[in-house]
Amino acid sequence: MTYLAKPRLHHPTLATNKVGYTRRDYEGKISTLCAGCGHDSISAAIIEACWELDIEPHRVAKLSGIGCSSKTPDYFLGASHGFNTVHGRMPSVLTGANLANRDLLYLGVSGDGDSASIGLGQFAHAMRRGVRMAYIVENNGVYGLTKGQFSATADQGSKSKKGVVNTDSPVDLVAMALQLGASYVGRGFSGNKAQLVPLIKGAISHGGAAFIDVISPCVAFNNHPGSTKSYDYVREHNEAVSRIDFISGREEITVDMGPGEVVDVRQHDGTLLRLRSLHPGYDPGDRHAAMAHMQRHQEMGEVVTGLLFVDPLASDLHTALNTSDRPLNALGPAELCPGAEALARLNASLR
Amino acid sequence: MSAVRPPEGAKAPSGGSEAHEVASVGVIPIEAVNDFVIKFANVNGSGSASANELFAKAILRMGVPVSPRNIFPSNIQGLPTWYEVRVTEAGHLGRRGGTDMMVAMNPQTWDADLAELEPGGYLFYDSTRPLPPSKFRDDIRVIGMPLTEICNAVYHDPRQRQLFKNIVYVGALAILLGIEPEVVEKLFGEQYKGKEKLLASNVQALHLGCDFARENLEPLGLRVRRADKVGNRIFVDGNSAAALGCVYGGATVAAWYPITPSSSVAEAFQKYCTKFRVDPATGQHRFAIVQAEDELASIGMVVGAGWNGARAFTATSGPGISLMSEFIGLAYFAEIPVTIIDVQRGGPSTGMPTRTQQADILACAYASHGDTRHVLLFPEDPHECFEQAAAALDLADRLQTPVFLMTDLDIGMNQRLCAPFAWDDSVAYDRGKVMSAEELEAGRDFGRYKDVDGDGIPWRTLPGTHPTKGSYFTRGTTRDAYARYSERGPDYIYNMERLLKKFATAATLVPQPVLHPAAEKTELGVIYFGSTSPAMHEALQALEARGIHLDALRLRAFPFPDSVVQFLARHRQVFVVEQNRDAQMRSLLVNELDIDPARLVRVLHFDGTPITARFIVEAIGTHVHKTQASGAADTKEPA
Ligand SMILES: Cc1ncc(C[n+]2csc(CCOP(=O)(O)OP(=O)(O)O)c2C)c(N)n1
Ligand code: SF4
Repeated sequence: MTYLAKPRLHHPTLATNKVGYTRRDYEGKISTLCAGCGHDSISAAIIEACWELDIEPHRVAKLSGIGCSSKTPDYFLGASHGFNTVHGRMPSVLTGANLANRDLLYLGVSGDGDSASIGLGQFAHAMRRGVRMAYIVENNGVYGLTKGQFSATADQGSKSKKGVVNTDSPVDLVAMALQLGASYVGRGFSGNKAQLVPLIKGAISHGGAAFIDVISPCVAFNNHPGSTKSYDYVREHNEAVSRIDFISGREEITVDMGPGEVVDVRQHDGTLLRLRSLHPGYDPGDRHAAMAHMQRHQEMGEVVTGLLFVDPLASDLHTALNTSDRPLNALGPAELCPGAEALARLNASLR
Repeated sequence: MSAVRPPEGAKAPSGGSEAHEVASVGVIPIEAVNDFVIKFANVNGSGSASANELFAKAILRMGVPVSPRNIFPSNIQGLPTWYEVRVTEAGHLGRRGGTDMMVAMNPQTWDADLAELEPGGYLFYDSTRPLPPSKFRDDIRVIGMPLTEICNAVYHDPRQRQLFKNIVYVGALAILLGIEPEVVEKLFGEQYKGKEKLLASNVQALHLGCDFARENLEPLGLRVRRADKVGNRIFVDGNSAAALGCVYGGATVAAWYPITPSSSVAEAFQKYCTKFRVDPATGQHRFAIVQAEDELASIGMVVGAGWNGARAFTATSGPGISLMSEFIGLAYFAEIPVTIIDVQRGGPSTGMPTRTQQADILACAYASHGDTRHVLLFPEDPHECFEQAAAALDLADRLQTPVFLMTDLDIGMNQRLCAPFAWDDSVAYDRGKVMSAEELEAGRDFGRYKDVDGDGIPWRTLPGTHPTKGSYFTRGTTRDAYARYSERGPDYIYNMERLLKKFATAATLVPQPVLHPAAEKTELGVIYFGSTSPAMHEALQALEARGIHLDALRLRAFPFPDSVVQFLARHRQVFVVEQNRDAQMRSLLVNELDIDPARLVRVLHFDGTPITARFIVEAIGTHVHKTQASGAADTKEPA
């Protein structure tokens, strides 16, 4: 989705959200990705989600690793600070940033090479720790930036553009996130914006570690017959579990999901998540069922998309560490330095 | 029960009470007051560490300086471990070398321990099981005490038998050496405050040892006599001191991964934060400590926290530095404050993980790929570990770059006598050039990588500062002065040259070297740094006594300030004393200052033990005599 340079001038009729921003205020630099790259659609979904959530762009910190996907934070939320870190190690940098200032919203963007290969450890441990963030993997099954090598999420038996067959079994990041304790886990498809935007909104509003694996076809290296991450393949095999709408907190309804019903789940920060179950009996409050459901459909050759699991009462690393409400980066010597008198006492105890 | 059993068949006691005297005929036992080395040979995991430390502290409490060293294996239980205490009224805090008395509690190392004793030295051992005469030496005095027998008679629990054996020998040694048992009791009182049962049983064990020694053993030629030579100095290890420096310096985020000998930095930070940084009203913590999954993650968290305006540090050792290198390069290039405490150990690889070295100097100075240079600080003792840890946090913020505190196992894990910690409450933290929302609003030109002040240090903004101004994208790739992605050569060169300028600024901000001029005018100099300090000072005195005069310069930081250049210029030949194989500091001096290598003489100690004064004196003395004899400067490694 390479678009032409657009003037920064705002059309007077552009709609503004509650905090007074237009959609354009959530845009970033012009994308340099291949035309049609799934990653650009995800950027567009992030822009949409942040606008709809009435987030002030500068209150978001966007961090990424290295890869085509990791370049995307430059292409949205131009007024926020971004950080393109090192390959696969975005989660630790985000964790540190989050510890320094708990008042910002953290958006982690990564690729499947970034997160499932070199960064698998950091991905796993950020999930375990419950770092509050929306962690989005733009999953194309290949290394885009280094031109088409298999990534660890590539399905067994799928073919590379050069015709090489992948014999390794794939890493399923959604299954891992579920297993490791992420408290919001979803899977989306870059071509299904209607589903993706609310998924991202839910992740951003979530009070703990939120993970979304977004299937994002690489038009350059992984969009050919034989690939299981191509547009055509995913469209044909998409199996949606739910449609979700995000609404700002007003009414409070308890979670009890029956077939075909609409359920509002109250999240930890008070916001509500509206779930529309398309599957009779699908309960996104059950971690184990989510895994089973996903795996069952996977065996049938289907990609389950939607919000697979959420723990609306999830807490985060700050809660576990009992850190002060005031961000650590805002504390000064008065709060941090015990002072000369305490030091004199300490000296005395060391004699 | 014969109190002291001379080894069977050993030469007959040379008179006196038959049971107590076991010196071999003709041996002149070492006589020394407040100036000797006693070494405890134990088995790791036998609970001897706290007893041995108690012994050292008791002497300290009598006003006599001590300098202890832990020598321990990379193992939890079973392997040999030693604790060496240098009793030194003169206050020499380096290792001296040699042992005057061996407390030989480990049969496994018996032969080596015995061999290490100076002629006329003393061997104290558990004589419960008699040993053949071949197990002793003729030129030492042997003191046997049936420790196992005594403990087995009094204690029934096997663990108590083992643990109290250590306290019993401390009691006996107190009497033998003239340490006042009341001092030890007082230490117990402090240690077991509120734990009366533990206190009582330890005092009892102490007295078991004291009583036995009084009744059965004779005092030794080695004596501890009350003095007034400790002053207000404190006794502390460098890792605790560095951790405390991080607390005082305002570090709020610590991320680490366990590695000897640095783990206790993070553990001490946790301890001090819990003591000093918990909000009394809410119970909330003004700190965040994460034990990361590895060093990549620990430095990553520090980079993230530093980027976001918190003071953050990690503590590690050589292998950790290797893993962190990519991130260190990012922090250097993207200009993010990061503090790394590197407690060096024997390398490369797992080398000698529980032994000391100064062998990460080049790895840290040039960590990561591409052209990089990093600020290193070299504390000489725990006092400076405290001071420089706090300074490192300031420097990192001021310079927006990684700063390394280069300690080592010798300072980090051994308690040292040092000047008390000092803090000036009026000093504010130097947060460096962080542009506020007001400044941005007032229209200050913000270019993240613009050298506005001519010192190479740009301004930064923190995430979330202003709705429309000051945001930028941080990355490891080249950018222009406004942080815009760029692959243009001139942009790259501007950046790289500015980073050099910043490094030159760093040379004016880091701690200056300390000069110790010789008593007489000399053309010879010596450069040293870090934990070598106490051994060096003692060596300088000894060399001076031999008529070898050296001006000594103790480096405290890299980049080298101008005073280092001047020092080198003033001396025909300069010894560079360091604890590694490849003369890394010498290489750094040659490389950075373009100095003629022929003028820098290597003095290298790298067997994993802390360098001794004896070693330095021998190495420099031999070299000076050789060059005097040949009348020419010699650049070869001495000895
Ligand atoms: C330490 C390190 N190793 C290798 C690379 C080269 N590299 C850059 S991007 C990339 C793969 C990116 O793949 P993915 O995360 O799937 O992102 P995509 O480009 O497909 O969106 C690799 C291997 C690097 N930058 N750093
Ligand atoms: S190579 Fe693939 S992943 Fe990279 S920009 Fe092009 S389409 Fe996207």
